[in-house]
Amino acid sequence: MMEALKARKYLQFLLLIAVFLLMYFFIPRSESSLLWRLPPLLNWLPLTINNAVEFLMNDWWPIEVWDPDIEEFEQKPLLREITRSISGVVLFMIEFVREILLGGVKTIVTFTSWDWVTENQWAKWPGLPWTVVAGGAAILGYALSGIGLAVFAGLALVYIAVFGQWEPSMQTLSFVLIAAPIAILLGLLLGLWAFKSKRVEKIMDPLLNVAQIVPHFSYLIPVMVFFGIGDHAGAIATIIFATPPMVRLTLLGLKKVPPEVQEAGLMSGCTNWQLLRRVMIPTARRDILIGVNQVIMQCLAMVVIASLIGAKGLGNDLLIALNRLRIGLALEIGICIVLIAIVLDRLSLAWANKQTDYFADESFKQKHKYSLMFLLVFVVGVALAFLGSFIFKKEFNYLYLIPHNKGITTEAFWQAGVDWLWDTFFYTLKAFNEWFIVDVLIPIKEAFLGMPVIATFTLAMGAGFIVGGIRSALIVGGLLLFIALTDWWDRALITTYLMSVAVVISSILGITIGTLCAQNKTTTRFILTVCDTLQTFPSFIYLIPVMMLFGVTDTSVLIAIVVFATIPATRYTVEGLRSVPEALHDAGSMSGVNRLQRWLSIELPMSFPHIALGINQTVVFALSMVIIGALIGTDDLGQLILKSLSDKAGVGNGLILGLCVAFIGLAIDQILRTWANQRKQALGMD
Amino acid sequence: MKLQTPTTLRALVVAGCVSLLSATGIARAADSTSPIVIPIHNWSSQVVMAYVIGGMFEKMGNNVEYVPADSQAVYESIRNGDVTLSHEVWQSTFGKSFYNAMAKGGVIDAGTHSATTLEEMGVPTWVIEKNLCPGLPNWEALKDCPEVFATADSGGKGRWLEGPQSWHGDLMPERLEALGLADTWTVKFAGGADALWTELASAKKEGRGTIVFNWTPNFTDADGFTFIEFPEYTEGCRKADGGDGSCGSPKGWLKKAANYKFPKTHPAAYTAFTKLDFSTTQIGQMAALVDVDKLDHKDAAKQWLADNEAVWMPWTK
Repeated sequence: MMEALKARKYLQFLLLIAVFLLMYFFIPRSESSLLWRLPPLLNWLPLTINNAVEFLMNDWWPIEVWDPDIEEFEQKPLLREITRSISGVVLFMIEFVREILLGGVKTIVTFTSWDWVTENQWAKWPGLPWTVVAGGAAILGYALSGIGLAVFAGLALVYIAVFGQWEPSMQTLSFVLIAAPIAILLGLLLGLWAFKSKRVEKIMDPLLNVAQIVPHFSYLIPVMVFFGIGDHAGAIATIIFATPPMVRLTLLGLKKVPPEVQEAGLMSGCTNWQLLRRVMIPTARRDILIGVNQVIMQCLAMVVIASLIGAKGLGNDLLIALNRLRIGLALEIGICIVLIAIVLDRLSLAWANKQTDYFADESFKQKHKYSLMFLLVFVVGVALAFLGSFIFKKEFNYLYLIPHNKGITTEAFWQAGVDWLWDTFFYTLKAFNEWFIVDVLIPIKEAFLGMPVIATFTLAMGAGFIVGGIRSALIVGGLLLFIALTDWWDRALITTYLMSVAVVISSILGITIGTLCAQNKTTTRFILTVCDTLQTFPSFIYLIPVMMLFGVTDTSVLIAIVVFATIPATRYTVEGLRSVPEALHDAGSMSGVNRLQRWLSIELPMSFPHIALGINQTVVFALSMVIIGALIGTDDLGQLILKSLSDKAGVGNGLILGLCVAFIGLAIDQILRTWANQRKQALGMD
Repeated sequence: MKLQTPTTLRALVVAGCVSLLSATGIARAADSTSPIVIPIHNWSSQVVMAYVIGGMFEKMGNNVEYVPADSQAVYESIRNGDVTLSHEVWQSTFGKSFYNAMAKGGVIDAGTHSATTLEEMGVPTWVIEKNLCPGLPNWEALKDCPEVFATADSGGKGRWLEGPQSWHGDLMPERLEALGLADTWTVKFAGGADALWTELASAKKEGRGTIVFNWTPNFTDADGFTFIEFPEYTEGCRKADGGDGSCGSPKGWLKKAANYKFPKTHPAAYTAFTKLDFSTTQIGQMAALVDVDKLDHKDAAKQWLADNEAVWMPWTK
């Protein structure tokens, strides 16, 4: 009996579930019982953290700073002055790019002063006419890839201009053009570091998860205090959020580089740097490029949240439009965000894939043909804009800049579409929604809330033990204990309930869609574009129609989470299946397997590391949507995080609540990852 | 606890800050040329008013900058001086954040608008016209018709859709309890204003009853919205203030907040800002320029400034 139990994991799981159910049904639900709920022993923690952070923000190591405006020395904490200098640099870069695109005085002010600029009104940097920027994008696309990308990049920018979203779009673009490269570089470096040292990898791993899961609202106020409010703060929050996938994928890619390749490099006499630059990174390019794609997507997914801490541009306009339920307008703005994301992604991809031709012997004209082309576009564009100032004397100079909301608008069309959707499906969906809430969601939610704390621990730690031994069990137990000792265990259960339901639905959807679409090249490309679109398309926009159809209910919250969390499940399934070598397919076919058998016994196992990473990311994405759920209306941790913005000890509450969310993710990650690694070893892939 | 910073380090930091955050120039009696930072939130009247105030400052020769910000978190930024002022501090929604920041120091109260506000639970007017719950808007009517306002997830109880908890904490659940309605009614916290407006739109579509948190002046006034008449508010009647909680909301104020340095750096602009005073009608006008006439926020502000010189010119003097 014991022997059988030891050998077979599923028997162990069955036993665990039996124990869990016994506890579930036989432990009395009384508030005084320790088996039912643990006392909130960590009650003091939020306030302590709050005071500590406030001390860091306001009082630690004060230095005297001269404020010329009030002609007094002021006490300012050192740390804040340092962080403020960093944000000063970031802000300068963003403003610099922005003023090339749109014009302004900030860059000049940096080198002179507001006084000087106010006295010399002529000292104003003119922006580029939109025609020049659009033309420039097309030339860049042509230079990097060819006529296809040129047309796409050019048309995308023309679209943005014609629809009157030029100004906010360029504001958003300038912010992304700084945040994304920083995140990519940072991710690459951290990934390399983790590759070099196992210990760093071990430490970094949970930190990456925390950075990705902790909802931005929980550190909104500290970021605002340390970095100030504005584009730089938005950029810094974005970088925190966008770097982790880059680190992960760099590491994954480097690990997959075969030792033979490394040795070949060494034998050719590479220095360390050359080995890295010319051998390792190019070989791991595929995964690193997925990382770059992820960074760009995450950056644009953050546009709306970043606008809450001062990032100018599309995000803020979107929030204003939504507050009046102008879905049509919001949709147009959303399309602009997606277009910027896809153009940037395709351009960076083309750039990374471009091979240097070392043997080309080109004349001056050939060498500089793109610069010359741009010069031509520039001259023509400026001339047109100049001409425009005569044509449109009274109104706006449309050849220079099509002002905000003065372009063509399709708002009415989209609005009609949404109305149609609403009219057609409202009653059908309402019936479904009522059934779903009453018969599915509420029972599940109650089941989660009805778990005695000891049963939850047994289940989670038991699963950890079966999968990863005593170590995993202790890690999972420790993470849960932290949550159980706060005031918010019940709230955390509700968060877990929403996340679990969403992850199950998303994984099934994602793996199915991914598998179906990975069957041929066209559908693969199509589904990856859909993933990019959904990832960057601000969820706030479809929240409104979803809320109209499903009300302020958990169904709406789930739909929002599922739409977002299905993306990684799909994407990683596709990537995983694509990375299965053709030769293996053929070998399978020769051994006489049919399509389904091949999928089940060759492709799925072989792509397992990717898919496991995908499910892992699905959990992360689902948890990162907690705050979006709260913006619809939930009673879980997210709602409390929102509330912490106006609490007295809000900073502490927000941070601890954010950690609770992250710990749920870390606990699941621990079990999933250990299991995935074991499977990998079993398949001889590690 | 104050540690002595090494002088070189201090000098370095100071120099760094001065150069990076851009020098603000020599101080003098007139307004500083460094920009006045005005926050932009996500509702029409606030955005238009921001541009109106900014336009007024610009007329006075000041530099102005606008920055989008979260409407709760902004008070921390005003406290730190990253944002100079806030011109729409609603009593019941932002009062908590405002006073918390004030208690920490750095925020000053720059006066009150003459517009009075009301923030309360209520029903779309057609709910009363259709007589879905006879006796409304008097609150006692709620005793007899919770089922009209029940939803799938409310467990058969009537539902109040309240704003997010960040607005007034547990005020509404406490009120239900105090009024003896808690057995048949429950409170659901929506995530934000858009959730409230969607609920209004979808309830109207279906012709079902709904009770949501709302305020006036607001764009929903145009469609007709009636606030429920609860027992009158008296000083200290709320649970947080020691009362039993069985009272409605007071007629609220709409305040202006500013960073404590604003009067010193921009004395003229600050004086104008304290004199600045909008009435309910004026706020309504500004919102209508955007919501009804479909103007861009900036254009709406320009138009309002052009049409109402007699109103705002005196403030700048």
